Amino acid sequence: MAGKTKDEIQYDHNHDGIDRRGFLKCMAWAGTGALCVMSGGVLKSYSLSRLPEMSSKEALGELSFVQISDSHMGFNKPANPDVAGTLKAAVDKINALSAAPEFMLHTGDISHLSKPEEFDTVDQILKGAKPSDVFYVPGEHDVLNDDGKQFLERYGKGSKGGGWYSFDKKGAHFIGLVNVMNLKAGGLGTLGHEQLEWLEDDVKHLKHSTPVVVFAHIPLWSVYPEWGWGTEDSAQALAYLKKFGSVTVLNGHIHQTMQKVEGNVTFHTAASTAFPQPQPGKADSPGPMKVPAEQLKSVLGITDVNYVQGQHALAVVDSTLA
Amino acid sequence: MAVLTAVLAIALGTLGIGQRGVLAGAQQKAETTEVKIDNFSFGPGTLTIPAGTVVTWTNRDDIPHTVVSTDGVFKSKVLDTDEKFSFTFSKAGTYPYFCSIHPKMTGKVIVQ
Repeated sequence: MAGKTKDEIQYDHNHDGIDRRGFLKCMAWAGTGALCVMSGGVLKSYSLSRLPEMSSKEALGELSFVQISDSHMGFNKPANPDVAGTLKAAVDKINALSAAPEFMLHTGDISHLSKPEEFDTVDQILKGAKPSDVFYVPGEHDVLNDDGKQFLERYGKGSKGGGWYSFDKKGAHFIGLVNVMNLKAGGLGTLGHEQLEWLEDDVKHLKHSTPVVVFAHIPLWSVYPEWGWGTEDSAQALAYLKKFGSVTVLNGHIHQTMQKVEGNVTFHTAASTAFPQPQPGKADSPGPMKVPAEQLKSVLGITDVNYVQGQHALAVVDSTLA
Repeated sequence: MAVLTAVLAIALGTLGIGQRGVLAGAQQKAETTEVKIDNFSFGPGTLTIPAGTVVTWTNRDDIPHTVVSTDGVFKSKVLDTDEKFSFTFSKAGTYPYFCSIHPKMTGKVIVQ
């Protein structure tokens, strides 16, 4: 590693590789990119502006992937009349990363209205990205009118139930969860009994040292229940993941970056590639937030995630499209 | 033919207020009431109406919403900006509903 920075965390209170206060320093709102590197139980944060100074080995691990979210293809209102253009800008950003990510995660709301042509457009634009593999979970906008049938036909091959699945990459275990189906009046996102049972079984035989990455559309922590920004039964899911030393939860839905740490679990929400939404409770509703056109790309973004095998390192980098 | 006309009138009646005239000629004019979907909420949240009233929901948000009866009595397709959904409430009772995309959005129609 390069010389210490003032943000380096010296104490690992829980011996879990995560320092609570330190991680909170990495909290990043849209437009304030930060890189968090966990290495040898020490968490460091860097401003994105320092990235060019860092060696690629330091900044990038053995496994690098990118999360994009909420592309809302088909949206055409003043908050962003060109969501195809900003998704292309996100692809350009991904292609400009110093080390090409191995794959992409799309955490839902691919389309705005679940129309076939909206999915087609996204597929076409993402073909321009260097990583050819994309792993999807649906957002509520992707399962309108047909209970997710079209989504499953397009993206759910090999998945279970409503589209959940898991896979392994270089020693890390990835779990895609679906929490946008069968929503109940007055409620939040829901995983449901069947999916929770599958999850319990899926992680049962994994070693505690296996880094786990969970991705789903609606946040799996209570960001702002008043706006539906949370998942009813996420506590049960997280209980099954308690035994693991490193759990990273990646979500979308709220169109802004936010991070939180709870025990061994770090939560992260990604920016949208389409339009920003207000900070919790800072507007009458969570509807699209209009910003001056020249500022739009500074509130949209992608998330680059790196895992360094053997160094217990995991890095989450938010970059805006500006 | 008379039966067919009545059925057609009812079918058209559910499409929106613009078609009411067909029904009005045949029998007593149906009441219509509007519910606006604005800022992720139904307004008014609780609506009290006489039986036979046609309720029309209009989505005025930049985000799509749905109007779905909690008890399975009615269910709209997804409504994009400015799209409408109408339902004729012929029986007395309380009809709770919500947006199936944003389930925090709930409303109620009370038919007397």
